[in-house]
Amino acid sequence: MKKLIVAASCALAMAAGTVQAKDWKEIRLAFDVPYEPFEYRDENGELTGFEVELAEAMCEELKAECEFVIQAWDGMIPGLLARKYDAIFSSMSITEERAERVLFSDPYYITPGGWFARDGFSADVTSKEEMEGKVIGVQRGTTMDTHATEEFGGIATIKRYTTAEDMVLDLEGQRLDVVFVDYPVGEQTILSQEGFKEVGKPVKLGQGVAVAMRKRDEDLANKVNAALKKLKNDGTYDAIMKKYFNYDIKI
Amino acid sequence: MPDFIAQWLNQNEIFTAMTIMQYWDGLVNTVQLVFLSLVIGLVFAVPLAILRTSKNPLVSGPVWLYTYLFRGTPLLIQLYIIYYGIAQIPGIQETFWWEIFREPFYPALLAFALNTCAYTTEIIRGAIVSTPAGEIEAAKAYGMNWWLRMRRIVLPSAARRAVQAYSNEVIFMLHSSAIASVVTIVDLTGAARNIYSRFYAPFDAFIFVALLYMALTFILVFAFRKLENHLLRHQRPVGS
Repeated sequence: MKKLIVAASCALAMAAGTVQAKDWKEIRLAFDVPYEPFEYRDENGELTGFEVELAEAMCEELKAECEFVIQAWDGMIPGLLARKYDAIFSSMSITEERAERVLFSDPYYITPGGWFARDGFSADVTSKEEMEGKVIGVQRGTTMDTHATEEFGGIATIKRYTTAEDMVLDLEGQRLDVVFVDYPVGEQTILSQEGFKEVGKPVKLGQGVAVAMRKRDEDLANKVNAALKKLKNDGTYDAIMKKYFNYDIKI
Repeated sequence: MPDFIAQWLNQNEIFTAMTIMQYWDGLVNTVQLVFLSLVIGLVFAVPLAILRTSKNPLVSGPVWLYTYLFRGTPLLIQLYIIYYGIAQIPGIQETFWWEIFREPFYPALLAFALNTCAYTTEIIRGAIVSTPAGEIEAAKAYGMNWWLRMRRIVLPSAARRAVQAYSNEVIFMLHSSAIASVVTIVDLTGAARNIYSRFYAPFDAFIFVALLYMALTFILVFAFRKLENHLLRHQRPVGS
């Protein structure tokens, strides 16, 4: 009996050893599709987008076989913890709450906040004097809200909206002078219409978006960080970014 | 706010002096909005209720249509239509109306007043039609004309029957005013939502605001009990 237990524990130890020594030649990555232009299916049904291409480049760099898993957003972190995949590569912003449950890599992109206004608007959005008395629209609780409140609280009137649609309506209706919103949202909903323009420069806020992995897989995180760093430096990242964006999201 | 209170409050994590001031501003906005819309609603509801009881369908019909429309649709939809709809009227921004409707307060006041006026009209109408026929016959026997009958007999008698139902309407109006925050008014609910999104503390932010609403409701209930005691004192048993 004793021998059996010893043998069993030896076998277990060996099995555990193989898990420990996992060399990450196969990595399963999760995406929530569609989230244009980060991940979506093209006309042929092929998965593509900024994050998909970046993930492919990363896998090549790691010399790993990558399997792409489609996962709905609300089950993203539970699916990771349940080992349905090894990493989330799906525009997950770094927050303290999430960092308690998952291990984040270094951030690989950050969407800036953009200032948008009607064509007649001329004030400088970085100047406290020129923004005095202006009415600024933001989405409640976003990093743009925090930034605008810190910069212009008490100087300009800040109106907080629950949805971007309501805010854009009030910009059209001239209740707002200028809105400060997630750049892609502003580009799609405001700049696509006649009579609106971007003012000032996009502002990078927050900690950015990173790959999320299980807390125990620090070896994978190290590899991912090294690969992302290489891609950012050797121009691969910039090439992919230019395909999808006409503004800078690199961090 | 005195300095020592502010200092004492600033030891808190969420309920600092600044947060309390936001709630205070929200309270002021809520009370203003609800009080004004109730006053406007009641002032218009009395004549409308009298018109609504008219036997001539050309007189009572439009009032019926108005109360039907405003009681038949959610207040949130009415607020959206008035707030966002007005801004979509071509050229409105160049007229003086825009000075009024640019701010969210007046569209909200208009929506709330129209809504509560519709409900109040129906409450008063119900009280008017249930006036005992004997009271009216007696008034006629005294030779009172329509106007005098209305002023001395029908309306005072209707007010007594309407007051309980109206107190409910007032409390509903207070609670409905919470939707003002969707059109960027920082009322009590708007303040709570701002504080919730800043501290990610839903329980603290919303339970505190719920207590404030309860305190306001308590004041209303108390005031209406006094009013009922006054209006219905003839119904008290003799000697009490």
